[in-house]
Amino acid sequence: MSQLFTETVLIAIVASGIRLAVPLLLASLGEMYGQRSGVLNLGVDGIMLLGAFGGYYAVLRSGNVWFGLVVGAAVGMALGLASAVISVTLQAEQGISGIGVFLFGLGMSDLLFQKMVGTPVPITSFSDVHIPLLADIPVLGGMLFQHSMVVYLAFAAVPVSFFVLNRTTFGMNIRAVGENPEAADSLGVSVTRVRYATVTIGGTMAGFAGAALAIDLGIFQQNLTNAAGFIAIALVYFGAWRPVGVMAGALLYGFVNALVLQLKTLGIIPRSWSDIAAMAPAVVTILALVVVAQRFRQPAALTKPFTRGS
Amino acid sequence: MAEPQLLEMRGIVKRFPGVLANDGVDFDVRAGEVHTLLGENGAGKSTLMKILYGLYAADEGEVRLEGASVEIASPTDAIAHGIGMIHQHFMLVDTLTVAENVALGLESSRGILTDLDRVSERIADLSVRYGLHIDPEAVIWQLAVGQRQRVEIIKALYRDARLLILDEPTAVLTPQEVDQLFVTLRQMTSDGRGLIFISHKLHEVLALSDRITVLRHGRVTGNVAVEDATRQGLAEMMVGRQVQMVPDKPTVVTTEPVLKIEKLTVMGDRGDEAVRGLDLEVRAGEILGIAGVSGNGQRELAQSIAGLRGVESGTVQIDGADVTNLRPAEVRAQGLAYVPEERMHTGAIAGFSVTENLLLIDHGDKRFVSRGLLDFGAIRKHCQGLVDEYDVKTPGLDTPSQTLSGGNIQKMILARELSGTPKVLIAAQPTRGVDIGASEYIHRRLIEQRSESTGVLMVSEDLDEVFALSDRIAVIYEGQIIGIVDAATATREAVGLMMAGVEPEAIGE
Repeated sequence: MSQLFTETVLIAIVASGIRLAVPLLLASLGEMYGQRSGVLNLGVDGIMLLGAFGGYYAVLRSGNVWFGLVVGAAVGMALGLASAVISVTLQAEQGISGIGVFLFGLGMSDLLFQKMVGTPVPITSFSDVHIPLLADIPVLGGMLFQHSMVVYLAFAAVPVSFFVLNRTTFGMNIRAVGENPEAADSLGVSVTRVRYATVTIGGTMAGFAGAALAIDLGIFQQNLTNAAGFIAIALVYFGAWRPVGVMAGALLYGFVNALVLQLKTLGIIPRSWSDIAAMAPAVVTILALVVVAQRFRQPAALTKPFTRGS
Repeated sequence: MAEPQLLEMRGIVKRFPGVLANDGVDFDVRAGEVHTLLGENGAGKSTLMKILYGLYAADEGEVRLEGASVEIASPTDAIAHGIGMIHQHFMLVDTLTVAENVALGLESSRGILTDLDRVSERIADLSVRYGLHIDPEAVIWQLAVGQRQRVEIIKALYRDARLLILDEPTAVLTPQEVDQLFVTLRQMTSDGRGLIFISHKLHEVLALSDRITVLRHGRVTGNVAVEDATRQGLAEMMVGRQVQMVPDKPTVVTTEPVLKIEKLTVMGDRGDEAVRGLDLEVRAGEILGIAGVSGNGQRELAQSIAGLRGVESGTVQIDGADVTNLRPAEVRAQGLAYVPEERMHTGAIAGFSVTENLLLIDHGDKRFVSRGLLDFGAIRKHCQGLVDEYDVKTPGLDTPSQTLSGGNIQKMILARELSGTPKVLIAAQPTRGVDIGASEYIHRRLIEQRSESTGVLMVSEDLDEVFALSDRIAVIYEGQIIGIVDAATATREAVGLMMAGVEPEAIGE
């Protein structure tokens, strides 16, 4: 046990926890926009998978990680738009239609991988960016300031999201549409337009998150995300539909994950237990969800399609 | 000098499948006047206003604003033309602040960023000018109903609405709040704005309006200046025949209490104490009216007596028998009849036929069972008798209840509830959303029940009804009876003050 509390190990746990939190954070922040406007998109994981494949394939062909991220985001944007058509225009039951999007993404990403790549080929991964001065701070520097650009971007998205939701007219419209679409509509706010925008933003961020995951791992395989998209949805509830809360949830999940990995590596958890230990992050998240979620009210119009005059 | 015409609607026709909701309606509003639109439910008032506000498209007809013909295809168009609407169910986002609610849908002076501090400033100005007393930073859910309505008014003023539609704005207010609202509305007309007031409370209509247009079955049946209008005349235009506004009440000797409630405490849906140590007695042969602003525990009180909501502490007795926390069927067996507030939700089963609904509480009765099976012959005979006796207008006994009008559903429920001989009758909002003809009938039935020595507990948010029917009026405030007055001598003002929480001792003579 004592080998756990050495400086190197602790720095490694925190640093890898932050890294592991990134795809969840990005996907979860994106999903939060949709939910704040009243649309639950259960298809996040499917979008992440297709974004992951798109990103992987783009890097495989071009060798450029940034191009990979753009492709992932573009794939996500298209699927987000499709999800918006399904849930906003066609008014499909949101508790079910997203599962269809997930299954589509799961199957399609694997099919494309089999047909277009076949055997897993590793790709270029992100390089770490050491932030001048800050990276040299003992302990903290190694934990916080020696990450890839994507990590900094993901955490920058937290204050940006807060600002968008609370300081812009777009954000005010999102909050109004998610709480009382009739009221927003009666004042000339287009419920349809707002929801299309938020669901598309959510898809774009999910696709970006998937690409970031694939490029970070430098590989693609079937079901690469391992249900991270569903965890991302849970984190929106955990975070009480607020950017900072979502970040806290993503970090908690990342740290527990990193800790379990480290315990396995150090042999503190015997090999025979490793499958059970792998469940720890999910269990912790669910428990936290039960405790936290009851204290906050969800957007009143969540999962309810809107029709004028009904 | 004639005031300029602000709005003209000419020959408006709106058809819905099977219904002609507006049939060539003409309606106009001058600047600086209050023009009331009066009519029963389904007369076409809301349809006409929804057309004006761009929520429906008219099939025929023309809308002119200040002389120019306009197309209003959406609320956005309506707002752009200076039309504001205060909906009966407030169009406010509960989790947003007053300023955010006002700013919603408007261009911001800072582009994509909100300019709430400027919005707040203007709200504060308007608030002072019209005496509205609203804090722009308050979040809507923290505000009382009357304040929320003032936020709606501010929303319209902020958009500089020249023409304002008020859809039953007084339904949720105490008499004092109504007075205050009318002062504000008068101030708005003196600025040259035109107001369309929708209501079915005749005394308010007479107090506020300059002109009154009456609709019946989608057509205009009268257009009078307020000087020429009387309650009786307006009611007849609405119904199309003579109506008896105040029912005759024979003298009945009241005796001992048949319903006795002591220190009753009941929880509300949110886990708060909706009824808090309430004491009340209803005597045989009287109608006790419960007056109060909606949400002061009326609903929970009625439900807990009927066994539909658990009693935390205290007791309920019917004719000496303790019925506290008994199951609904057991309370009924002790002589309770219950006409609930949510007619289509707890009063009847929408998809059931008239027969099935009439039989809901009697299906186990020996009269209707033969050899363990329902005896449909006897049942039909019984139900036909009830339908005839209670004047339920239905195409047939097998007609699904949901296709009947509100008034006929209510008569059907009354028929079922009164077919036994109840000792206690609870009638919650007995005529809400019911047309005048059916209201008249229901009132007569309640009075008949009183003559048969039933103790009637009537809960109503309609003060006219409370005053017209009750022998005594108990005012409920925050889950307690704040005062009980004799209906014959009480004044609306005194009852109104108690509804707002003023103790009866504090009300001067």
